[in-house]
Amino acid sequence: MKSAMDVVRLARHPKRPTSRDFIDYLLRDFVELHGDRRFADDPAIIGGIGFFDSIAVTILGHQKGRNVKENIRRHFGMAHPEGYRKALRLMKQAERFGRPVITLIDTPGAYPGIGAEERGQAEAIATNLYEMSGLRVPIIALVTGEGGSGGALGIGVADRVFMLANAIYSVISPEGCASILWKDAAKAPAAAEALRLRAVDLKELEVIDGIIAEPGEGAHEHPGETMGHARKAIASALNELLVLDAEILVQRRYDKFRRMGVFSLDDGFSGLI
Amino acid sequence: MLNRLFVQCAQCQTTHYIQFFKSAHYVCSRCGHHARLDPPHWIRQLCDRGTFHSLFTNLKSLDPLDFPQYREKLDAAVQKASGWEAVVTGHAEIGGVKAALAIMDPGFIMASMGSVVGEKIARLLEYAAGHRLPVVMVISSGGARMQEGILSLMQMAKTAAAVRLLHGKRQPLVTVLSDPTTGGVTASFAMLGDVSIAETGALIGFAGPRVIQQTIGQKLPPGFQTAEFLLEKGMLDIVVARRNLRATLISVLKIHQSRPYPVRGSGNE
Repeated sequence: MKSAMDVVRLARHPKRPTSRDFIDYLLRDFVELHGDRRFADDPAIIGGIGFFDSIAVTILGHQKGRNVKENIRRHFGMAHPEGYRKALRLMKQAERFGRPVITLIDTPGAYPGIGAEERGQAEAIATNLYEMSGLRVPIIALVTGEGGSGGALGIGVADRVFMLANAIYSVISPEGCASILWKDAAKAPAAAEALRLRAVDLKELEVIDGIIAEPGEGAHEHPGETMGHARKAIASALNELLVLDAEILVQRRYDKFRRMGVFSLDDGFSGLI
Repeated sequence: MLNRLFVQCAQCQTTHYIQFFKSAHYVCSRCGHHARLDPPHWIRQLCDRGTFHSLFTNLKSLDPLDFPQYREKLDAAVQKASGWEAVVTGHAEIGGVKAALAIMDPGFIMASMGSVVGEKIARLLEYAAGHRLPVVMVISSGGARMQEGILSLMQMAKTAAAVRLLHGKRQPLVTVLSDPTTGGVTASFAMLGDVSIAETGALIGFAGPRVIQQTIGQKLPPGFQTAEFLLEKGMLDIVVARRNLRATLISVLKIHQSRPYPVRGSGNE
């Protein structure tokens, strides 16, 4: 079995298929749509419309670059508020026209910068969580690489959440965690273990619904086969979800996230407050 | 802070006689710094005397990931807090208006949001929806509770969804952001207030200042991520000094009690 840090390295592998690769593989007649209509078009979020088999869908995701130059332009897949607002615009558009939504998650996290804070990074993510929890069309999320904290969850409130076998999903990066915990970013491998951020861990914690197999060394070596597995998972999830009434769909989505968390109910407690 | 005669301002180090400091609402008379308060102090500041009743006190944190040093940290925090968790929830009257109330305690592991905080916030919102009560939240937090890993991240989705439930019953969420409000708490229920109030000088943001500085490699402008900065950028409704907070809350709650033209039929009731 691979160590948690081995998986972190695979999740960040530069040759790993990006959201654009998934979109090209999964969709026919893809039309890319741009902009949040408020401030700008964020190149760290890619999105648009097209056909998945014969089903019209809206698809969107974080977009990393395939080389250094593109990565700089796309902020390494770290979205600004305008990226989250563009994602929301596309999702509301999908709701208006009765299209299911597919989101592809692959980000180190939301962009930490002056402009991002000025324009309300926290508000943008919070609003997406709020709106996605009530969206009246099916949402399927697929964590393809790095599921970095609030920046990932900002497009991740879905009826079905899948992870590729070598993807990660975590509240904080192992490096960030290690520097808080042990004042030493080099202890990231230990932090990666402690955070339980692999697909198998999340399945066990009942945070995700399924794991998409990656053959051999991983998706970077077998992109076609990996994306083929993803297509099957998405197709069967769509089959299950498209027949549900919107009321039931939204209620089940609420219940799904409502259940998450582990705590005790200490009935003997009699404190002041 | 209670059992001493004198206290020092955390910002300018001026020494204050505790009785004077208390009558000044724990705000430094020299530099205006608002000292961080624990839940019992907040209850005394905001609620009508004797009206606060706690809810969900039996929820206790566990260590679901068996995370290094978490159990010890939790035990120490519980000890220090004389029994409560990082958020205290209940209902109270504020200026005669009954409201559901949540107060976060930055003294408890920086009021970071783990499963218990998320669950108590969600339960409070559901309680308020069920009882048709407005919700007041006094918020401060370092963000998500790292030691509960992905489960803490999911509390963001859970709490944001529960705000939606409250809105379905047409009740308002009034948030009071105090120092500091950052990370995953800001990016969930803290930024979903129908009326967002912040205390003078409070640090409010998503990413921490240190992380931003490391990323962009330049100094941050003065006043960055303060309540006043957010107000200027359009991210808040009101910035108030603590002595005016209760009166502001009462006005906001009373105005929301009146429904001169009730909305019918829309909404997810």
